[in-house]
This record gives sequence, structure tokens and C-alpha cells, in this order.
Amino acid sequence: MTLTEILFYAFSAVLIVAAVGVITARNPVHAALFLVFAFFNSAILWLLMEAEFLAIVLVLVYVGAVMVLFLFVVMMLDINLAQMREGFTRYAPLGIVIAALVVIEIGSVVWVKQLGVDAAPALATGAEGYSNTRDLGELLYTKYLYPFELAAVLLLLAIVAAISLTMRQRRGVKTQDIAAQVSVRAKDRIRLVKMDAEKDA
Amino acid sequence: MIQQSTLLSIVLAPLIAALLAGLFGRFIGRVGAHSVTIAGVAISFGLSAWVLKQLLLDGAPNVNESVYTWLVSDGIRMEVGFLVDRLTALMMVVVTFVSLCVHVYTIGYMHDDPGYQRFFSYISLFTFSMLMLVMANNFMQLFFGWEAVGLVSYLLIGFWYTRPSAIFANLKAFMVNRVGDFGFVLGIAGIVYFTGSLDYVTVFGMRESIAANTMQIIPGLEWQAMTVICICLFIGAMGKSAQVPLHVWLPDSMEGPTPISALIHAATMVTAGIFMVARMSPLFELSQTALSTVLVIGATTAFFMGLLGLVNNDIKRVVAYSTLSQLGYMTVALGVSAYSAAIFHLMTHAFFKALLFLAAGSVIIAMHHEQDMRKMGGLRKYMPITYWTSLIGSLALIAFPGTSGFFSKDAIIAAVGASHIPGATYAYWCVFLGVFVTALYSFRLIFMTFHGPERFASASAHDHAAHESTHVHSDKDAGHEPDVSAHNSHGAHDHHGAPHESPWVVTLPLILLAIPSLVIGWFTIGPVLFGDYFGNAIVVSEAHNALAHVAEEFHGPASFVVHGLKTAPVWIALLGVLTAWFLYIKRPDLPAKIAGRFSAIYTLLVNKFYFDEIYQAVFARGSRRLGTVLWRAGDVGLIDGALVNGSANVVGWFSGVMRRMQSGYLYHYAFAMIIGLSTLLAWYVLR
Amino acid sequence: MIRLEFVLMLAGLLFALSVAGIFLNRKNVILLLMCIELMLLAVNFNFIAFARQLGDLDGQIFVFFIMTVAAAEAAIGLAILVVLFREKKSINVEELDEMKG
Repeated sequence: MTLTEILFYAFSAVLIVAAVGVITARNPVHAALFLVFAFFNSAILWLLMEAEFLAIVLVLVYVGAVMVLFLFVVMMLDINLAQMREGFTRYAPLGIVIAALVVIEIGSVVWVKQLGVDAAPALATGAEGYSNTRDLGELLYTKYLYPFELAAVLLLLAIVAAISLTMRQRRGVKTQDIAAQVSVRAKDRIRLVKMDAEKDA
Repeated sequence: MIQQSTLLSIVLAPLIAALLAGLFGRFIGRVGAHSVTIAGVAISFGLSAWVLKQLLLDGAPNVNESVYTWLVSDGIRMEVGFLVDRLTALMMVVVTFVSLCVHVYTIGYMHDDPGYQRFFSYISLFTFSMLMLVMANNFMQLFFGWEAVGLVSYLLIGFWYTRPSAIFANLKAFMVNRVGDFGFVLGIAGIVYFTGSLDYVTVFGMRESIAANTMQIIPGLEWQAMTVICICLFIGAMGKSAQVPLHVWLPDSMEGPTPISALIHAATMVTAGIFMVARMSPLFELSQTALSTVLVIGATTAFFMGLLGLVNNDIKRVVAYSTLSQLGYMTVALGVSAYSAAIFHLMTHAFFKALLFLAAGSVIIAMHHEQDMRKMGGLRKYMPITYWTSLIGSLALIAFPGTSGFFSKDAIIAAVGASHIPGATYAYWCVFLGVFVTALYSFRLIFMTFHGPERFASASAHDHAAHESTHVHSDKDAGHEPDVSAHNSHGAHDHHGAPHESPWVVTLPLILLAIPSLVIGWFTIGPVLFGDYFGNAIVVSEAHNALAHVAEEFHGPASFVVHGLKTAPVWIALLGVLTAWFLYIKRPDLPAKIAGRFSAIYTLLVNKFYFDEIYQAVFARGSRRLGTVLWRAGDVGLIDGALVNGSANVVGWFSGVMRRMQSGYLYHYAFAMIIGLSTLLAWYVLR
Repeated sequence: MIRLEFVLMLAGLLFALSVAGIFLNRKNVILLLMCIELMLLAVNFNFIAFARQLGDLDGQIFVFFIMTVAAAEAAIGLAILVVLFREKKSINVEELDEMKG
């Protein structure tokens, strides 16, 4: 058993524990922190599987951005934890059965049916000057240029959507509307009414 | 050589005229409507006569060709086609001639009717339908014509559709005919089943193979296929030709205008059944059982329906019962395989019965739409033309020696006498006594209407007194208005004073019909009855050929008359006339006494053997009760309850269940997705 | 050498755990979102394992895109959650039953 394998098993075990923590944590903050822990473990495992760029991205993007967002939201909202935990175990048996079923299915696909995926000539990861990041970048900016651009648009869309969803006009806040002020004309302000000066006696 | 275009013109001329008069009646007006329809029928008549002449004198071959293939289904061709042989040509001429006379007569009779154009449209349409029927070369077209004449008959009986009695009568006619048509369709179905063809010639060619078959209608009981088919076809003929027990519609059909009674319910449509059986003679000849059935039913109709004519006082109904009786004679002739005698009688009957009806119509016009003979009498001196023509018609009807009716009816009686098939003895007595009955009611009609005291005067004066205040202008109108009273002013006697002769449009057809009624027998008996006029159109097997025995004694029309004088029927007829004279002229008090003495029989006759009552009680009420049951159980229970509301309830219940599943909770949908996905994967992977 | 089968089983376990998590934390939308993140992580494991096994970087590209989509999804999901909380003063799924038939 090589060192790589020992590390793999060790971090895998930690990852599983972290995942269990995520789904069973009493407090959402704890759950989010468990999830961060799980992402860190995953990043380490991905490094072991020679996906260095993705491992870094996972830490930077997921832990640095997404999970912080999660934590913000969790802490911002005043959540009644007791109510949330009500009936926590009500669907637990069903959940366990389904989870077991999923494991059995994947296990049967992987072990019983045999994938028949032979190891292809490995990437020249050990070679001098090899860079996973550069390879990925080359692919992204050549072969996957359009999907990449689409992903960018998708993110932009997500930003716009998130902002437009959460932005709100507060009542009673006094502001200037410059455009309205500039476009005002005299005839909009004054109305001339024609009428007799005096009623006939 | 007869061109196809000629035949098409014969058929289509009345149809086009009918469409013009019916759809554009408002634009072409009354004169336009009767001009165009009369022109159409006249074209038909002219061309029919020409076709007959070509077949008869120029030796043109028979025509049998298809004009149009409607559809082909499973090898069965449904076509429009014409089979024109001498039988067809004779029918065509008779139909178009009588139709033409009736068209002309209608101008006078329907003069003031608001439905004038509609009426002309209908009778032209009828002519078209009847021509399609007789000219058909296949069963499909025969059935089309059969139903089309039934439809027009329905429309015309209910022509005055605001009268409840007319609506009742036309519904009755339609429904009774449906019973017959059901049999007819079954017969045609049987033919198609055994031959796979609708074409006459093909079917007749395979008649031996049909006859070789048997069929089981009731399990375990083998029947000759031919017998079943022929009896089914004859049930159709019974409906159309008003044979017992499907005769009940014909007397009621007198609700229609008189020209219709003449055209449809006496001369042409009701003879469609006779024509059809004659046309099917190759089939009927192979089933003696069917022939016996035909014979017995015809004989029953001939005698017992004639009896009913004795007690009726409505002038048109008396003629209607005589029509029933005469149709019975024709059917009897068919039964003894004397098809040519049946067709011969059909022809002569068409003339003299149309004549009698039109004469009755003329009388009705003169009597301001009074149809009760008890209120007539002594009309002879007021309407001489009507009197003489109806006398000719009646003489023909009672088979007075020398008239056309004599030749045809005497031949039938002789043929029945010579026949030996089962039922022939019964039939002989029926037709023999029928002669007496015919003479009695015919001359009862003549004597009550045209002779004796003028009973209408008192009735008319009485009515007039009642209406005088409302019709002060009627005196000056009576001078120059033709005496054709409008039906819409019916019952209200606008005119008073003596009845007088009808206008020429009414009398001309009378005279035109009187001539053939009187003399046509002289010219046609030889070739039609005893010659081979019909050629191969009519098939008679040797065993049944009763007419051949009669033919042996035939030596020209004159000797036939002389021979007839030596036989009983003529004297029986004269006895009938004398009885009528004695009862209704000499001792007018006697009939009431006889009726009183034999009150049971009299009641039976007045109530028409209770046929109507039985039908009302059994079929009408039974079907109404069945309808109620079906309505309750079928409509309300099954359709409304189980199907309509039931399906709605099931959907409601099901959606109630589904609604419970649609909890609206996000996680339930998520669970459903996950469980569904994992189950699907499980099936896919662990399979 | 890390065997493919073990990575796949690890991803499977991770996936099954997040499925169980959805069942357990059915009321809390935030935790539901976290479980979904965990599921996506499990899928990413598969892609990376196969990319290495087949010597093909396309798998890693896919992981990249999945992470993009997951980030967008998390952003919008949390935004919706915030709006929801503002409206209802709660993120309890039990109270979100307007879709009920």
C-alpha cells in the first residue's frame, strides 16, 4: 500500500465523517462548517488524483465564496432551530433505505457488473514542465471556448438574478429623482383656468 | 339502340325540375313551378314512350349498363345503373303517364294552396325516385328508389303539416313501411351473402346455387335459403304495396292531397312491391313456399280489405280500400306465377285507379272539400264529365266485359283457378268473392255520389247559414271564380248553390285516363299476357305456369270477352252491381237495417278488423313502454348516471386522491423524484 | 495508485449520504441546498476519477462547468431564500404549501 493510497483512505474516511456531520448537525452554522471541512478534504483528494487546478478552485471558489455566502445567509436569518428539528427522524428510515439502495446500485455497477474501463495511457503528469492548469486553460480557451463563454454569461445572469431578487425599495426613504427633475416643464406645474371675474348679481 | 343519355334524361329531367321548383320556387313563381315540372315529366314521358317503342317495334336490345360506380367494398360493387327491358319500359311509361296527368290535374286541385311550388317539387321528385326504382339494374339502386319513394310519400301524406291527423298518418305510413323495409334489407343482405353481388343479372345467374343452400335462423331448423330471401323481399313488398298485415298505412295516407292519393297511393308507388316481385321472378320461382305465402297474403288482402270498402263513407277511403283489394289481386297473380298478369293488372289498375281518385278529387272540389258520401248524391247532372269518367273507371274496376280491368282481372282469376300450388283453392274463393265485393262497393260509391237524392243541398244550406254573416261578398265571387275551393278555406263554404263541373285542367286528365281505362286491354292483352312480350325479363318455371293453361284458350281479345261472359265472375260482378242498386237506390233504408241485424260483423268492419287498435295496443304502446324502460334504465341510469355523471365522479374521486398526493410541500416532490430515480436505477441496474 | 472503483464508491457513499440528508433535513431549505452541493461534489469526484483513468482532461473541464453552475445555483437559491424569509419570517418548508392542490 503506497503512501498515496493510505492518504486516500484516510482523507476519504474524514470526508465521510464530514458529510455525516453536514446532514446531522443540529445547527446550520455547524452544518456549513462541516461542509467547508468536506470541501477541504475533497480538495486534498483531488490533489491526490492529480487535478490540481480544480482542487485549488474548489477551495477558492467554494470555500472562499459559496460557503461564505452560505454562512452569511445562515447567520443573517433568524431561524427557529427547535421547529426545524421537529420530526427530524420521521423520514429517517425511508432516507436510509433509499441511501442504502443508492449505495447498492452504485456498488453493483462498480463491483459486480465491472465497468470494463481499462486504464488509458496516463497523462504525462510526472513530466518536466507539465502543468495541469495550462492544459486545462488550453482546452477551455480552444475546444470549450463557447461553453466557457456561456458559463460566464450564466454567472452574470446569476449575479443579476440574485441582486434583482434581493434588492428592495424601502418605504419612507426620501431620494432625489434627477431625471424627473430635469424633464419638468412649466405647463406641468401650472394649470390656467378661465373663469368669470364675478358672478352676476 | 337506346342511348345511355336518353335514359339519363328520363331520370334526371324530373329531378332537375323538382330541384328548380323546390329550391327556386320563390323566384320562378307558381306558373314557373308547374311549367318546369310538367315540362320535366313530359320529357320523361316522351322519352319513355320512345324507349318502349324502340324495344317493342324496332327490336332494340335490352339495355343493362352501369352509369356510375358509387363505391366498391370487399368486392361488392355499389353502382348506379339501368336495366331497361320491356318490363321496365312498360313501368316507365305507366309511371310517367300517370304522373303527367296528375301534374296537370294538380294545377287545378292545388290552385290556391300556399305550398303550390313545394307540391310540384315533391311530385316531380317522386317521379324521379320511382323511375330510379324501376330502372335499377342492381339491388342498391332498387333500395334507393324504394326508400326515396317512401320518403316522398311521407312528405306528401303530411303535406298539410299543420293538421295533426296528417302528421299522424305520415308517421304511421313511414313506420309501417320501415317494418317492411327491414325485411327487404334482410332479403338483399341474404342475396349479397350468398352471391356477393348486388347486380340483378349476376344474382339471377347464380340463383341455382342460392337455392342449393340452406340456412338456420332458429338453431336446428334448416330453411331453404331461397325461401328465406324471397319471403324477406316479399315483406318489403308487403310494406310498400300495403298487403295484410302491413296495409294499415294506406287508408290513412288519404290525408294527403288527392292528386297524391292518385299518383302515389294508387297508381305507382304502391305497385313498386308488385313490380319488385315480378322483377325477382327468377328467384321466387325457385321457392314454392314463398310463392304460397305471397298467394295467401294477396288473397287475404284482396277479399277482406274489399269488405272494408263496403262500410266506409269517406269517398277517398272507399277508393283506398279498393286499391288495397286490387293490390291483393296483383299479389295473388304473383303468387300463382302469373307475373305478366300481375304487371298487366298493375298497368290497367294504374289507369283506372288514378282515374277514380282524380274523379273523387273532382267531386271533392265540387263539394267544397266535403268527403262524406252521405252528404252527396245526384251529382250526375251537375258534373257530367266527372260522372262518365268515374263510371268508366268503376266499370273497369269491377271488370265489366270489354274494359281494361276485365282483361287483367279475369286473367288473374283464371290463372288462380288453374294453379295447383298450396293455398290456391283458398285464393280462388277469395278472389272470386272479391269480385262481388268490388262491384258492390264500387257501385255503392257511384250510386251514393252521383245518383239518388241531392243530400248536399240541406247540408250546404245549413253550413251556409252559419257562415253567411262572415262571407257577405261570396255571392259576387261565386260568379267568376273557378270552383276550385282552396283547402285553406276548407270547411268554410265560400260558395253556395249547385255544384258544377271542374275546370279543364281537372277534367282533361280524367278524360286522358278514361281512354286507356276503357280500351287499353284490347290492344295489350294478347302480347303482354299471352305473347312473349316480357321476353326473358320474367321467368316462370314450367311447374308453376298457370297462365299457360289460360293461354291455351285464348284466341284474341274478342273471344276472350265472349269466353268471359260464359264464366261466373262476370255474372257475380253484375250481381254485385244489382245489389248495390237495390240497396242504395231502390231501398236506401235497407243498409242500416242490415247493419243493425249483423251488428257484430258491421262493428268489426267499421273498426277495420281492429288492426289499428291491435297495433296501437301492442306495438305503439309496447314500444313506448320499452322506450320508457330504456329511458329510465338506459338513459337516466346507464348513460346519465353511470357514464356521464359516473365518469365525472370517478375523475372527481381520482383527483381527490391525487390532490392528497399533491401536498404542496417541496420535499414531497423532491422525495418523489429521488425515490423514482433510485427505483428506476434499481430496475435498470439490478435487473 | 488510487483505484477507480474506490473513488466511485466514495462518490456513491457521498451521494447516498446527501440523499439521506435531504430526507432528514427536509424542513430546512438551507440544509437542502447544502445537501445538493454535496451531491454535486460527489458527481465531480466521478468526473475527476474518470478523467484520470481515461487520461482525458475533458472530464475536468466538466467539473469546472459543474462548479460554475453550482455557484450560480447557490447564489440564486440563497437569494430566493432571503426573499422568502423576508416574506414569511421563516424558511420552514412545512409552511410553503401554497402549491397544495
